[in-house]
Parts: sequence; C-alpha cells; structure tokens
Amino acid sequence: MRLPNWLHKLASPPHFYRIAGRIEPWMLWSGLAAIAVGAFGGLLLAPPDYQQGDAYRIIYFHVPAAYLAMQLYALMAIGSAIGLVWRMKLAYAISAAAAPVGLAFTGLALATGMLWGKPMWGAYWSWGDARLTSVLVMFFLYLGYMLLHASLEERSTADRAAGILAVVGVVNLPIIKFSVEWWSSLHQGPTISRLAAPAITWDMLWPLLVMIVGAVLFSLAVTLTRARAEVLLRERGARWVRDVVAVGA
Amino acid sequence: MSEFLAMGGYAAFVWPCVGLSFAILAGLLLTARRRLRGVHRRIRHLNVAPDEGAWELRA
Repeated sequence: MRLPNWLHKLASPPHFYRIAGRIEPWMLWSGLAAIAVGAFGGLLLAPPDYQQGDAYRIIYFHVPAAYLAMQLYALMAIGSAIGLVWRMKLAYAISAAAAPVGLAFTGLALATGMLWGKPMWGAYWSWGDARLTSVLVMFFLYLGYMLLHASLEERSTADRAAGILAVVGVVNLPIIKFSVEWWSSLHQGPTISRLAAPAITWDMLWPLLVMIVGAVLFSLAVTLTRARAEVLLRERGARWVRDVVAVGA
Repeated sequence: MSEFLAMGGYAAFVWPCVGLSFAILAGLLLTARRRLRGVHRRIRHLNVAPDEGAWELRA
C-alpha cells in the first residue's frame, strides 16, 4: 500500500521542520489561553456538584490529562506503525517526541485521580479497580518505550524495537476505555463521551470542554517542539540542518 | 475569598491538583524548548560532513 503524495511531502524533514515551527506558537498560545479560561471557569464559575461538592473541580485537570494520555499513546503507536510499515523516519521522530509528553500526562492523570479518589472513595488507590490498573499499565508502557529507545545504541534498531512495543501496547487502550463498563469499578462511568446526553450540566461542561481543547493544543505544541528537535538530531548531517542551525531558526 | 480557597473543605485535594497540573505544563514546555535549543547548540558545535552520519548521534 502506498502513502498519499501530500503525506510524503509533509514527511520531508525540512518541510516538516518549517511547517511545525510556524504552527507551534499559534497552538501554544491559543492552548494556554484556553487552559486559562477553562481553569477560571472550572474553579470559579462552575457551580459545586450536589454530591461531590467542590471536590469534583479536580475533573477540570484530571479528565484532560487522562484524555491526552490515551490520545498521545495512540499518536505514538500510529507513528510507530507507519515507521514500521513504510520506514518513514519522521513518523518515528514524532513517536519519540510524543512519548515523554504522554508519560507526563499519564502521571498527571494518575496523581489527580488519586487526589480525587481519596475524598470520594476513601482511598488513594485500589488495585482491584480495572481503570486505575490499566492506566498504570499505560504509564509503564510509555516508560518502557522510552527506556528501550534510550538503551539501544543504533537508532534504527531502537526505533523498531520501541515501535513494536508501542504497537503491541495499543491493546491496552480499549481496556482503559471500556474497563468501567466491562468490570465493576470504583471509577465513575463516561461523563462527556455521551455528547448526545452528557452526564453533567452545561455550566459545568463548558469549562471542561475548553480545558480539553486547550490541553490538546498545548500538548501538540510541545510535541511539535520535541519532534523538531528529534528531526534535527536525526538529520544533523544534512545540509539543510546546518543552514537552519546557522541562522538559529 | 477564604470560602473560595477552602473549596468546600476539599482544599487539600483540589489545590495540590491545580498546582501539580500547572507545574507539569510548565515543566513540559520548558524541557521541550530547552531540548530544541540544546540540539541547536550541539549541532552548531559539531563539525560533521554534510549528509553523513544522520543516524549516529543519540539524544
């Protein structure tokens, strides 16, 4: 199967480096603005929950982090799969760039989940809960990808080995998503994925949606910055890289 | 104001969550920018022949 021409053009390292450098500041600043608005709305404007009181406000930080943890894993795995099948160096670079960002958001989702769990469930952690445990597995998959990648001397071997791990780990994503439906769980069910009938009122929902949009833009901006560094490292012998570095672009 | 800071008695859980979130966002942004700058610096100081060894330099 052949890749479309536009994707080949985008996958050209100098083209990607230039395009990513142009859109990264827009993503970053609009993401930060959305996060500021969402945090303000979530912490100050949204009414308290009738059952959880103000503790539910952790949702405005926990849900975007958990959402991004899964989306960035999917990005890392898709990049690895494209690299494995079509040997596209840029796809590997994007996977390697997404991994630390995904690891940070997974850690944040776990930490904020624990801070929410203590007042609501009476415990920071429950090993019997499938959602918590499967997200922890994803944390170790991210960590495993990064350690494996860093431990192999030859970069192409590291890309392939870590890429296989990322692709195999995709099996964990549906387990995370459906764990609250498949097994009895302390974790609450879906809140906003049911867009036809969300489980929360609009006053509480809009700051959450704004936070998610902001966090997505922010994480893409950071991933693009890291991907640009990866591309430079991998292509550092090329003439275009020396030109770019010489002018400090 | 104190009522807001008290978060209905859940301040010990809500504010650490807020602080940790912003700390991680700041950390992600700073490390990404520092890494890009560091790569620029490293390449600038390397004397490499064009189009050679593109896969040899490790992060």
